[in-house]
Amino acid sequence: MLSIDSLHVSYGGVQAVRGISMEIPDGKVVAVLGSNGAGKTTLLRAISGTLKLHRGRVESGSVSFDGAELTGRDPAETVRMGLVQVPEGRRIFGRLTVEENLRAGGMGSKDKTAKAKAQQRVFELFPVLQERSAQRGGLLSGGEQQMLAIGRALMASPKLLLLDEPSLGLAPRIIGQIGEVIAEINRQGTSVLLVEQNATMALGVADLAYVLDVGEVSLSGDARELARTDEVQRLYLGHDSEEAHAAPRVASGRTLTRWTS
Amino acid sequence: MTQFLSLLLNGVSLGAIYALIALGFVIIFKASEVVSFTQGSLLLLGAYTIARLSHPLGFWLAALAGIVVTALAALLVERLIINRLRGAPVISLAIVTIGVDIILLTELIRRIGSDILNVPHPWGGRSFRIGDVGISQNRLIAILVAGVLIAIFFAAFKYSSWGVAMRASAEDGETAALMGIRLGRVSALAWVVAGALAAVAALFLVGAPTPGVSPSVYSVSLRAFPAAILGGLDSTGGALVGGLLIGITESLAAGYQDQLLFLGRGFGDVVPYVVMIIVLLVRPSGLFGTKELTRV
Repeated sequence: MLSIDSLHVSYGGVQAVRGISMEIPDGKVVAVLGSNGAGKTTLLRAISGTLKLHRGRVESGSVSFDGAELTGRDPAETVRMGLVQVPEGRRIFGRLTVEENLRAGGMGSKDKTAKAKAQQRVFELFPVLQERSAQRGGLLSGGEQQMLAIGRALMASPKLLLLDEPSLGLAPRIIGQIGEVIAEINRQGTSVLLVEQNATMALGVADLAYVLDVGEVSLSGDARELARTDEVQRLYLGHDSEEAHAAPRVASGRTLTRWTS
Repeated sequence: MTQFLSLLLNGVSLGAIYALIALGFVIIFKASEVVSFTQGSLLLLGAYTIARLSHPLGFWLAALAGIVVTALAALLVERLIINRLRGAPVISLAIVTIGVDIILLTELIRRIGSDILNVPHPWGGRSFRIGDVGISQNRLIAILVAGVLIAIFFAAFKYSSWGVAMRASAEDGETAALMGIRLGRVSALAWVVAGALAAVAALFLVGAPTPGVSPSVYSVSLRAFPAAILGGLDSTGGALVGGLLIGITESLAAGYQDQLLFLGRGFGDVVPYVVMIIVLLVRPSGLFGTKELTRV
């Protein structure tokens, strides 16, 4: 289980995450919603150990996985502990072939049988990757690249998969497929932390959800219940309800900042 | 014609040696994003170590020791300096390597003094002839050894885990780290390989027709820089082609010096830089430098 406790992160004095607490229980899909600048990516960086590359710093609080503290570890160690992140914008290795991309994904472990099994699982989830295995990653379509990015991360046989906006820039039909894939990966026993702006997809597959707003958790709870609240309906699902305008409801003791008129 | 073939063969041999140095330069750049100017002094360190140890240890052990010492020196530079400066601007890192280069070079020149240290190559100064086309045995062996090493290098770069890790981190370091690739280790290994390649190049550069180890070996090694840059700073294939191109043009320009007198004497020494400038004017990122390959 991943447990985040009053985490504060800053970049050169500018606070990006201000006291976030979160629990990602084993075997669940947890969605984190929020607009640009809400602190979603910073949160993932704090978990995966890439803050340093962006000159960010954990000021206080803790991130622990199965009881072991994660802050201060480097990304390669985090991967060895079973947490693997699929970065925002896919970031596949465009000059490497599909097969080499998958090999790169398995670099964190020396266990050959585990890697062979992981590769088989990836090819079952994404048959297209097997067909294209000799092709350069940069020549795949956007949807295929996202599949490769997810498949590459699965090569490390993670216990917890961290996904940073997998729907970014993809067609609605492909986003639907990505949602199904996430659900399937979770069914096979991997916990998932899904950071998204696309609330429809995220809340569709998630068990639990958190909404971030300017570095703080503004809403949290069961994904289905959260989808029904007016705040989420209006801000993330695009259903503009008159009621919400007339009488803003306060959930979990905090109001969302309303930047829409 | 025989003169041309001789010059060509000697040029290929010189080019193969440049290619070894340039390959080191390129993989350091790929793995740690450092334009490393330490290659010249590392090469001289290799040459010096081999020459100094040849007397007590014999040639073969000395050669081995020279390669190991140079690789370790490269590793030290990476661990003690480059690794601690990760994230510093590329220009600062390049200047730092120039500083390291000057320090190491100064110390080596002090130790070598005005002597020419002899390296007792078992193949000596004999030359090899096919008809009228001649080349020193040393240079011929250089072609063979460099050819084998470069082939091994390319195979490893393409097929081994090290190669995949290296190419992945060169393309996107942060993502490679997210996949569990240890960037520090990839970078350290690149420096070790670059150091070892420089020492092998040194081994042949100080043999016939060169009289032995003297500080001037350093300036010869500097020609590997234009070789790496005209090939494309981030292209291993470019380092090979660049090395050969520089080696051959240098050899031809020196050989046909009399016909090129209108350009002035000693044109062979500057021709690598002239070739580099011309290539870069036509192709700013070098012959095989990165052209983005994306489809969105």
